[in-house]
Amino acid sequence: MQLTRAGFLALLWLFVLAALRVVRSDLYAAAGIRVAVPGFRRSAANKTRGKAPRQLVVTHGALAGTRISLDGRPIMIGRADDSTLVLDDDYASTRHARISLRGTDWYVEDLGSTNGTYLDRAKVTAPLRVPLGAPIRIGKTVIELRS
Amino acid sequence: MTQPGSAGLLAGQSGDAQGTTAPTRRGTELSMLAFAAGLVTAALMLVEANQNESLTLRIVWYGLAYLALFGVAHVAVRKWAPYADPLILPCVALLNGIGLVMIYRIDLAKAEAALQTESEWENAVPKQILWTAIAVAMFLAVLYVIKDHRTLTRYGYTFGLVGLFLLALPAVLPSVIAPTINGAKIWLRLGILSIQPGEFAKILLLIFFAAFLVSKRDLFIAAGRRVLGVDLPRARDLGPILFCWGVSVMVLVAEKDLGTSLLFFGTVLVMLYVATERAIWIGVGLSLFALGCLLAYQLFGHVQVRVETWLDPFADPNGRGYQIVQALFGLGTGGIAGTGLGAGRPDIVPFANSDFITAAIGEELGFIGLAALLLVYMLLAMRGMRSAVAVRDTFGKLLGGGLSFALIMQVFVVVGGVTKLIPLTGITAPFLSAGGSSLLANYVLVALLLRISDAARRPQTGQKPKPVNQAPIAEAHTVMVERPQ
Repeated sequence: MQLTRAGFLALLWLFVLAALRVVRSDLYAAAGIRVAVPGFRRSAANKTRGKAPRQLVVTHGALAGTRISLDGRPIMIGRADDSTLVLDDDYASTRHARISLRGTDWYVEDLGSTNGTYLDRAKVTAPLRVPLGAPIRIGKTVIELRS
Repeated sequence: MTQPGSAGLLAGQSGDAQGTTAPTRRGTELSMLAFAAGLVTAALMLVEANQNESLTLRIVWYGLAYLALFGVAHVAVRKWAPYADPLILPCVALLNGIGLVMIYRIDLAKAEAALQTESEWENAVPKQILWTAIAVAMFLAVLYVIKDHRTLTRYGYTFGLVGLFLLALPAVLPSVIAPTINGAKIWLRLGILSIQPGEFAKILLLIFFAAFLVSKRDLFIAAGRRVLGVDLPRARDLGPILFCWGVSVMVLVAEKDLGTSLLFFGTVLVMLYVATERAIWIGVGLSLFALGCLLAYQLFGHVQVRVETWLDPFADPNGRGYQIVQALFGLGTGGIAGTGLGAGRPDIVPFANSDFITAAIGEELGFIGLAALLLVYMLLAMRGMRSAVAVRDTFGKLLGGGLSFALIMQVFVVVGGVTKLIPLTGITAPFLSAGGSSLLANYVLVALLLRISDAARRPQTGQKPKPVNQAPIAEAHTVMVERPQ
């Protein structure tokens, strides 16, 4: 009699816990849009896809906070009006640098600027692969790629 | 996780750009439903054992019938809303099942009492089972008819008008059709059935407000005059909230239905806040609410009675305070672990199977059991809110948020009233209480929530352009997404 009483309460809570488990498995999904599935294949796919840069963010300089979404087209940076990122910076050249997609990686190349382009302190002389989050400095502007 | 049943419907979407299919999680839903069915059968078994009825195979049949009913709902969800949230339906099923068991249990007690006093007693449970079946059918109909919740925006004003009409209907009709039952004039008697049109009006008005706020959102955000450093909304933007306040007060006056007006007002306030993200609306709304309460307290005797019995129910324990005193005694008898299903005396409280069903459950399942049920309610509302956050259109967000909040607000109002946290207002506990209209309306509400959650979790198709054809540099564009101050 007492046992059944306690047993029923335990079952009731078991239901709540089972429900919470379902909630927990959802928590790891990004922003509630996609549901996470436990399993190696899927998470491996997520890992490589998650690392692909999605946007270019200006972290320092007059344009700080600007974001450009990367859709595969090359990003032109410079003072020219037709650049993708138009810099109003005395230290930047008209056509300063280009960030473009080759295969699955993004590369930065200097277009013969006066003051140079720096990828994480190293001067860019030949096209260099840009890792996620590595600062690219052009004049007083610093940009980086983010996923 | 992906189900073969859903493959036919989604053949076009399964091979989307990412090359992955989002899990539908219908299997999880089915196992949770089975769990709920097991729990309800166990509850029924306990009631029968404790009431010294004969334990027969009949109980298993009841359990299977219950599982079959929700199995139908599950198949419908699988067919018409394959990506819907897997927890909403099992939570509803559990609450409804426990409610049915509790109503049956109170029927047994009442029948015994009626036998001793040789008076007539009508069982409530057959009616409630019938209503449950009708409600599930309604649930299926809503899921089937509304394929996309955004189509509801088209009929926003129609829904609003119909809702207002339904809300005001019992107040204006003669008392032959709309009798005053238990001091409130909110029922319509149609043949043998009595329905509360206000329950349906609630959902229709929520749809209207969501559609209205989506179309007029900018007006609310636009600042008006600054008074004492606070941006007050412009007077004409205040229109809808004043209107809604007026309606809820009107309902309060004409139908003496405190619960519905409280629910209606609170939900609209939350939707305004969700739409504008401005706390000032909460301030404006709460001050209007306080004003309305003060006026109602001054003007109406029944409001004064409610407040007085709330402040001190023991002043008149056998008269006005009887309900709340008995509910408190019931909860006190239950204590932490309860008396056990079928072993308490929950029938002493008036309206034990409708408004006071939480007191009955608190007595037999104790704090532990009642807390679990409240958690199930919370999970239900949380899943609704989460769907509202994840869904991509503004209307869905507002409607989902509003519906979820309406559900949890009902629970707050009724449980708060029964436990003497707030003055008692007559309102039913969603899915638990006996009462056809409430059950029907709440099933419609849940169907809409499932529809929204289906839209929220459905994988996006073909939204992102593929990086194949490279446009000339001149056409490349700068997108300003965010700029700090």
